[in-house]
Amino acid sequence: MLQSILFLLLLVAAFGFFAWQVRKIRANILVGRERDVSGNAAERFQKTILVAFGQQKMFKRMTPALLHLVVYVGFLVINIEVIEIVIDGLFGNIFGFHRALKFLGPVYDLLMATNEILAALVIVAVAAFWWRRNSNPPLKRFTGPELRLWPKMDANIILYVEVALMLALFFMNTADLKLHAMRGEDLPGTFPVSNLLVGLLPTNEGTLHVLERLGWWIHITGILLFLNYLPSSKHFHIILAFPNVWYSRLVPQGQFSNVESITNEVKAMMDPSFVVPPAPTAPDGSPLPPAPFGAKDVEDLPWTNLLNAYSCTECGRCTSVCPANLTGKLLSPRKIIMDTRDRMEEKYNSPLIFRPNVYGAEAKHEPVTDLMEATLLRGKVTPEELWACTTCNACVESCPVNINPLDSIIEMRRFLVLEESAAPNSLNVMFSNIENNGAPWAFSPSDRFNWADDLFAAEKAGATAVA
Amino acid sequence: MADLAARNESPEILFWVGCAGAFDDRYKRVTRAFVRILEHVGTKYAVLGLEESCTGDPAKRAGNEFLFQMQAMQNITTLNGYGIKKIVTACPHCFNTIKNEYPALGGDYEVIHHSTYLQQLINEGKVGVTGGESFKGRRITFHDSCYLGRANNIYEAPRDVLAALDADLVEMKRSRANGLCCGAGGAQMWKEAEPGKKEINIERTEEALATLSGKAEALANLGGVETETSAPGPHDLQGSIIAVSCPFCMTMMSDGVKNKEQESKVQVFDLAELVASAEGINA
Ligand code: SF4
Ligand code: SF4
Repeated sequence: MLQSILFLLLLVAAFGFFAWQVRKIRANILVGRERDVSGNAAERFQKTILVAFGQQKMFKRMTPALLHLVVYVGFLVINIEVIEIVIDGLFGNIFGFHRALKFLGPVYDLLMATNEILAALVIVAVAAFWWRRNSNPPLKRFTGPELRLWPKMDANIILYVEVALMLALFFMNTADLKLHAMRGEDLPGTFPVSNLLVGLLPTNEGTLHVLERLGWWIHITGILLFLNYLPSSKHFHIILAFPNVWYSRLVPQGQFSNVESITNEVKAMMDPSFVVPPAPTAPDGSPLPPAPFGAKDVEDLPWTNLLNAYSCTECGRCTSVCPANLTGKLLSPRKIIMDTRDRMEEKYNSPLIFRPNVYGAEAKHEPVTDLMEATLLRGKVTPEELWACTTCNACVESCPVNINPLDSIIEMRRFLVLEESAAPNSLNVMFSNIENNGAPWAFSPSDRFNWADDLFAAEKAGATAVA
Repeated sequence: MADLAARNESPEILFWVGCAGAFDDRYKRVTRAFVRILEHVGTKYAVLGLEESCTGDPAKRAGNEFLFQMQAMQNITTLNGYGIKKIVTACPHCFNTIKNEYPALGGDYEVIHHSTYLQQLINEGKVGVTGGESFKGRRITFHDSCYLGRANNIYEAPRDVLAALDADLVEMKRSRANGLCCGAGGAQMWKEAEPGKKEINIERTEEALATLSGKAEALANLGGVETETSAPGPHDLQGSIIAVSCPFCMTMMSDGVKNKEQESKVQVFDLAELVASAEGINA
């Protein structure tokens, strides 16, 4: 009875706390600008199934894909056991039953066996993950100025917790197996791994009972604690990958967003009869302060990009294919995404333990310590990073959860150009060439047809080539 | 075009030449090659000539949305004025912008990149790529342009065109969706690169040269690793070709080949030039 009450309290506290943290993150995401994501449910559904659920883009790299698959399927299957644990924890002690799902019979056998094999494989996969990050030198994509301190620790904490949870599971099962065997009873389920471990435990019934309870409590408490750790961690992707893929852009990757306010201005300039639609107003009818062109801080980005930032797994696949990063430039698309998240946490709400990254000299950004003056562009992302982007879309293509770093990069470039006139000088020259000559180079517009000179001089005399 | 309109005729296609196609000395040759092909197959086409202006792509990628939209609306007015329906262009940047970004501003056209157009001509048997220069046995590697490939999912058309040349097509390790940028996109063409270890076009050229010489397999990791191109691979580079389908890639890869001092052995050609040579109609 006491155990049931304790467990109920623990459950309520864990989920309550989790909901409280998720609300903060939701509020952070909603500070972003509107972006139309309506319609196309069928296409979005299909994408979500393929990319998020089916891990389609992970399979571009076989080894990590298989390791990740083990952990992912393990997570899904072990969650079924968590349902049982919750039922047992709430009612088992009161009504005196144990392992509530045993009525499934052979299916239960299969479930438990799969569970154990996956749990063992998870330990192997996690060990490999740990090695890839912590060996010397680590895998290249797990290095970089954005992956120090908290992000590095976070990645390792996740791995340690996963191992601890799996060990607790084995502890519980093995003790339970031995307990039942000593009482001459049959434990429902099949436990291929725990069977091998039975010999390791003492043969005292009282001790075994304590060990079984201990394993049970550690496993479920660990899961609930981990649940509350997620919002502070890149591991939050296990939840947000799904909505993030659902809301990802469906248009061709080369199509950049359109700035509608500018469209209206340009139309008004070109066509005097064009009526500019009224500016949006606050809910109470008062005029809103004009939104800046492009993005200087997180609230200038579309909310989908902010959702991106919370969905990032910090895997660095984007950065590892980025031509600018590959050739030693400062730009790292992963850093842009992580900076966005850090900035939201710094400026708005923060879940329990999140620590925004602090860069050292290697990130070369201007130190901005005053929170009032700080923005995403001041103190986190530097113009040098932004200007190095070739807009090649390699990062977008590579991201396993459909994050689009390029979109944020362009929004910030827009701010630099349109609000601050802070483009590199050579680009300003290009702009004025387009404006004056209709070409990015300093050629005279009247020379535009010269390519045809020796081809069909005769036709050109009439100003147009016609076959 | 003004001419055609005056005669109350309309072309089958409008050939959008693009700024590079009109002004860049190297790419003018591509423009002429493509025009030769159009004339060779008897397509009724037109160009805007002096009425064409920059699509605004470099402005948009650099963040100057205002300038982009000015350019776009001006071009859309011109195009709509002539009732243009179908546009072919050799520039992936023009292609992407007109196809994907003009519709929101009132410009709806069927836009085709010249690689797709050439592929269609070959499929229809209109160009048989015979009678001219033979590419049999020459090693060619195709460099995917970001704005054709990842941006618009066109990977097979240029390869189909090259396959028709009967050449020995070899793929770089980073190709198709994994292709590496030439370094010129996103308005980089008009500015110095940011400080780094290397220029992007050098990295890409090294990969292309290694692939053509048959050494690419031996390179442990192409990403950021210095690749020594002077040591000969199993294949002689002499006569091999880096095929491109974008004016910026053309510039970047040609510069890269020059930087590696291989220009006497390796040439950079656009798809249209290759097809025109194979047909024996190069301008
Ligand atoms: S689009 Fe920009 S950030 Fe993304 S991979 Fe290309 S150069 Fe890097
Ligand atoms: S943006 Fe995507 S690819 Fe890049 S680190 Fe985050 S999850 Fe990985």
